[in-house]
Amino acid sequence: MAELSTPSRFSLRRLRNLPLVPIIILLVVFIIPAFFAQWIAPHDPYVPNLRARLQPPVFFGGTWEYPLGTDRLGRDILSRILHGAWYVMAVSMIGIFVGVVVGTTLGLIAGYVRGRFDSLVMRLVDISLALPAMLLALALAAALGASFLSVVIVVGFALWAYFARQVRAEVLLLRDSDFVARSLVAGSSHARILFRHILPNVVNTIVVLATLQVGIAIMLDASLSFLGIGIPRPTPAWGLLVSDGRDFIATDWWIAFFPGLAIMLTVLSVNMIGDWLRDALDPRLKQF
Amino acid sequence: MLRHLLLRSGSSLFALLIISMIVFSLSQLSGNPVDALLPDDATQEQIDTFIRDWGLDQPLWKQYMTFLGNAMLGDFGTSLKWPGESAMGFVLDRMPATLKLGGLAILISVVIALPLGIAAAYTKGSITDNAAQLFALLGQSMPNFWLGIVLIWVFSVWLGWLPTSGTGSFAHLILPAIAIAWFQISALTRLTRSAMLEVLDAEYVKLARVKGVPEWLVICKHAFRNAAVVPLTYFGILAASILTGSVVIESVYSYPGMGWVAIEAIRGRDFPVIQAVILAYAVIYMLSNLLVDLLYVVVNPRMHHG
Repeated sequence: MAELSTPSRFSLRRLRNLPLVPIIILLVVFIIPAFFAQWIAPHDPYVPNLRARLQPPVFFGGTWEYPLGTDRLGRDILSRILHGAWYVMAVSMIGIFVGVVVGTTLGLIAGYVRGRFDSLVMRLVDISLALPAMLLALALAAALGASFLSVVIVVGFALWAYFARQVRAEVLLLRDSDFVARSLVAGSSHARILFRHILPNVVNTIVVLATLQVGIAIMLDASLSFLGIGIPRPTPAWGLLVSDGRDFIATDWWIAFFPGLAIMLTVLSVNMIGDWLRDALDPRLKQF
Repeated sequence: MLRHLLLRSGSSLFALLIISMIVFSLSQLSGNPVDALLPDDATQEQIDTFIRDWGLDQPLWKQYMTFLGNAMLGDFGTSLKWPGESAMGFVLDRMPATLKLGGLAILISVVIALPLGIAAAYTKGSITDNAAQLFALLGQSMPNFWLGIVLIWVFSVWLGWLPTSGTGSFAHLILPAIAIAWFQISALTRLTRSAMLEVLDAEYVKLARVKGVPEWLVICKHAFRNAAVVPLTYFGILAASILTGSVVIESVYSYPGMGWVAIEAIRGRDFPVIQAVILAYAVIYMLSNLLVDLLYVVVNPRMHHG
């Protein structure tokens, strides 16, 4: 059972048999566009060009000028997807970062000091897991208006409890191990033990869990933008791009189709990499 | 067992209380609650009555108590966007539509995912198994709103089999329910498969086979009953994602349920309705979680003496 084996240290030697196909897809669809969109995008993603309205994609009656077609205002779909990658990445990465930092810190301390603080944190975890993120997203959008910040808060809120719970469970085990007792005898401070000795032992778990959550974060962000309660216009966030094309699916299907495909390919490859990372580093997390 | 259930419901009630506080603070955070909760053309007399009725001249905690008291009676004031409608009444009107859609989505997921997961586990390594796993992997990566649009494209526009949007007949329910169910089918298939794989190796399954119990009975009775606990624990998460799915998918199909109301109310800054719909969702969610806990106890005999 999971509880019996102690967590293992992070080590690059375990990273064999890289899943090349998902990594390449992820690079092409998501990572390279996120950082280099302004150099590789063939057109400006914002400026309308009414003479090029509703061009179909290449192979469907269009030209290589607009490989994935154009929208109602004549903007190149490919360029908009490439530029949108940055927003999708920024919001999901910062959201996960917030979740990791909050969850890990609380989980570390709760597992280490135990007692009343531990029960308080676990209560908060229960409550947080009992609150669907969508309800919080609706409430925040209603109260403060949708913004980059509100999406980051929602993503961070949706994820922190998983980190807190898992980290705490592992710290509870590590707390009783010999090396902690010896460091205490040797005069190490509690902070030093926590961050120098215990934290490195839970890094594996955090890395795996965070990777498995990237897909969830991207999906959540995309749903919120689709509903108009995510990152506001005119940013070409992928969910917004799909919602732009929703009413034109009967005639101009490419407007909604390709941005959605980008979301799917990104989430698919991230999930496959996450599964592989879990098997390589921390098979005990099988339930996630 | 009773203790476990009480603990869980306590936790749910507490979460509900937190939601009520968040919902209460909505109208405060957005600036002046009077502006948020009354129409722009309200007379001074209406404003004064409103302030008195909702205790807005009282300290904040008293205001919250008034809000909570009214909320328990289902009184959230009147809608701003749909004049003349009581906020909660309007939401309750739309609730059956959402429950119908969510129920059908759950039914579809269970009917497809459980047999698929069992078949995949039973034929481990075969084409069926690989196909099921590929399907699950793809399904978990597909944004449901996009799937909803693609389904409209294929089944309504190309084939013309089903209506594109709206409500009225059973046919209107099919596409949105599939769009909501798709993700759960994938997740549930994966879970059922791995749970069955574990159980199929167990001694009592081998024993049942040695005793000459027919194969289908071994699978259905001996193996699946024991494996069923694992997918069931997932049902709590299922309820949350059906809820999220309904908000998104109702918007895709202009299906006039609670999710559609929520998004329209946010667009129209209709705070009484927003408050009512969020709390209504929260209550449905808590109740379904409680139901899952009960089912869990029923299915898992070890819990009877816990």
